[in-house]
Amino acid sequence: MSGTSGGTYLGMPAFPEAAHDAVRDTTLRGNLRHATHTIRAKRAHAVAEVSDWAELREAGKRIKDHTLRHLDRYLVQVEETVTAAGGTVHWAADAEEANRIVAGLVRETGESEVVKVKSMATQEIGLNEALEAEGIRAYETDLAELIVQLGKDRPSHILVPAIHRNRGEIREIFAREMSEWGRPAPEGLTDSPAELAEAARLHLREKFLRAKVGISGANFVVAETGTLVVVESEGNGRMCLTLPETLISVVGIEKIVPTWRDLEVFLQTLPRSSTAERMNPYTSMWTGTSDSDRADGPRTFHLVLLDNGRTDTLADEVGRQALRCIRCSACLNVCPVYERAGGHAYGSVYPGPIGAILSPQLRGTGSEIDASLPYASSLCGACYEVCPVAIDIPEVLVHLRERVAQGGTATREGAKVVLRPAKGHAAERAAMRAARWAFGRPGALRAGQRLASRTRRLHPRTLPGPGRAWSESRDLPPVPAEPFRDWWRRTNGGEDGAK
Amino acid sequence: MRVALFLTCVNDTLYPDTGRAVVKLLRRLGVEVDFPAGQTCCGQAHYNTGYRHEAEPLARRYAEVFADYDAIVTPSGSCGAMVRELYPRMGERARAEGRGDTLARTLAPVVPRTYELSEFLVDVLGVSDVGAFYPHTVTYHPTCHGLRALGLGDRPLRLLRAVKGLELVELPGAEECCGFGGTFAVKNADVSTAMGVDKVRNAEATGADALCAADNSCLMHLGGTMSRLKVDMRPVHLAEILASTEEEPLV
Repeated sequence: MSGTSGGTYLGMPAFPEAAHDAVRDTTLRGNLRHATHTIRAKRAHAVAEVSDWAELREAGKRIKDHTLRHLDRYLVQVEETVTAAGGTVHWAADAEEANRIVAGLVRETGESEVVKVKSMATQEIGLNEALEAEGIRAYETDLAELIVQLGKDRPSHILVPAIHRNRGEIREIFAREMSEWGRPAPEGLTDSPAELAEAARLHLREKFLRAKVGISGANFVVAETGTLVVVESEGNGRMCLTLPETLISVVGIEKIVPTWRDLEVFLQTLPRSSTAERMNPYTSMWTGTSDSDRADGPRTFHLVLLDNGRTDTLADEVGRQALRCIRCSACLNVCPVYERAGGHAYGSVYPGPIGAILSPQLRGTGSEIDASLPYASSLCGACYEVCPVAIDIPEVLVHLRERVAQGGTATREGAKVVLRPAKGHAAERAAMRAARWAFGRPGALRAGQRLASRTRRLHPRTLPGPGRAWSESRDLPPVPAEPFRDWWRRTNGGEDGAK
Repeated sequence: MRVALFLTCVNDTLYPDTGRAVVKLLRRLGVEVDFPAGQTCCGQAHYNTGYRHEAEPLARRYAEVFADYDAIVTPSGSCGAMVRELYPRMGERARAEGRGDTLARTLAPVVPRTYELSEFLVDVLGVSDVGAFYPHTVTYHPTCHGLRALGLGDRPLRLLRAVKGLELVELPGAEECCGFGGTFAVKNADVSTAMGVDKVRNAEATGADALCAADNSCLMHLGGTMSRLKVDMRPVHLAEILASTEEEPLV
């Protein structure tokens, strides 16, 4: 099985170490550069077509903020409307509970395999691995997820989990692995996109027709009617949502929108932001179950509402804006750090800028990888600029840096806790304090500057300690003969004519 | 109008030529500029590394030192953005922490009076031709905080286009970050370096003599990368090009 669980990521090295190899992998760099630059340009074009984009962005932000503020009310409403439509609602506080519920529901059907719609929530909780442990095989049916699953790989992008693979690599994976999972790849398969897509269609078709249980997430849940919405491009989602008799949807509690009118905003912003399409090819919506024999859709429907750190995130005034995210991936595609470090370096199913603020909130900052994620950014702000729900990612990154470096209060599992500063920040803390002390006294600053200037011929070309990370790849600037403030004083601001 | 130069700690210590260029340029345009000696650092490195509380006294110092000026001009998009975008946020956070309005009220007056150099020239003085002369091919890198936080737009380009003798060539991927990012440059040195190398290669491909930007910290990173890669190109601050004249050319 593919290693997509949260568990697989435990023990991940910190971001800088994980990025070290990725930066030197020229194939990966090439694949990512090509893919992100292509989608980046297309997105910019698709967004520029919309005259009221700024208003749509603001509306999306407001709708999400309103819903999050009154989430207690809307969650209860969702339970009522879904139940009234014939569905069953389950509440899962964490990944383990959600996995237990889903495994139990599948077992009740007597089936041992399920087809899956691409879903971030089920990846977040490591559902495939949990089902595998119960003897239930989960088949990913999204093309890119299929590539990842067949390749025993990990996803590296929210929308395009196999973005790190090129056509040649995908051909290899299909030719080698498809027979292990079902219908083998056709003989003589080439790396032409049409042939690769056809191989996937044939391989997946038998799974769609056989499966009795489908598992999905949802992009949105409309509270007023209890309707779930999945937007996708390949039609695999539509197959999974309509063919199986039982449908189980695992949905993060932040996916709610109050009304259909609210949905209108996101159905405009999501496709343009994610795939640069004016409208996505398939939008599936379902409300409860269909009890008529002639109707499409499942006879049994279960909604598992997942918390898994979301309520804790909601408690944080600055960090809660991360819950507005509609998983469009625009921030990944525009991020210069993601482009060079690759998705795997983020040690989470949520890579890129949004992952760097979501993972340390959903999972806490306790692990090495989570404590390093807030620093995985140059704070260039490109992510904030493209975000269709205006998440100020740099603001949250800096906020989380403060939590890592200084500790402080946070909410974990519903309770206020006082966090200690993460390990390895003592020297930095001392340096910051020393710098603040010197900057609080212009005389001290001036003495330091003068010392640097007077000893400038003695300065080494490489720096010791943490400074080595600078001088390993960049030369140091020469220190001038005197700082500006000395020149200003000596020449009366240049008025004395002295140079 | 009382105008102060906020040079920034990096420029004061490492790039005094940029400071002299700003003074020379503003005087040429008839602006009397002062350099209040109490100034030190805006606190950006502290704030962005997660030491907001250490940045607060530096912000208060800034507000105090520059309290009596009508305009505070800085040759740094990044430090300008710290004051304009993040000082108000520091005030809000202090309020949210139950520390009242004091910090917000202390910082508020200097926020709208702080201008990045190109803003001051184009918006306040209303000039785009500053009478400069720089007979070289130049490509311009818009640094992130100037571009996105301050929204400098085409102000620096308008100023450069009006420079006599200067040929401006477009930088491919101009709006992509150079990879400096303050402490990011050492905390994530591999990615930072990779970004810097890509930026330098793009600049090199333009065939320009000089890579211009309005932030010396980004230029320190790019210039250090250039000299390590032995790329024959000069990193130069916008102010130094604008200060250069036929009588006193930048050499």
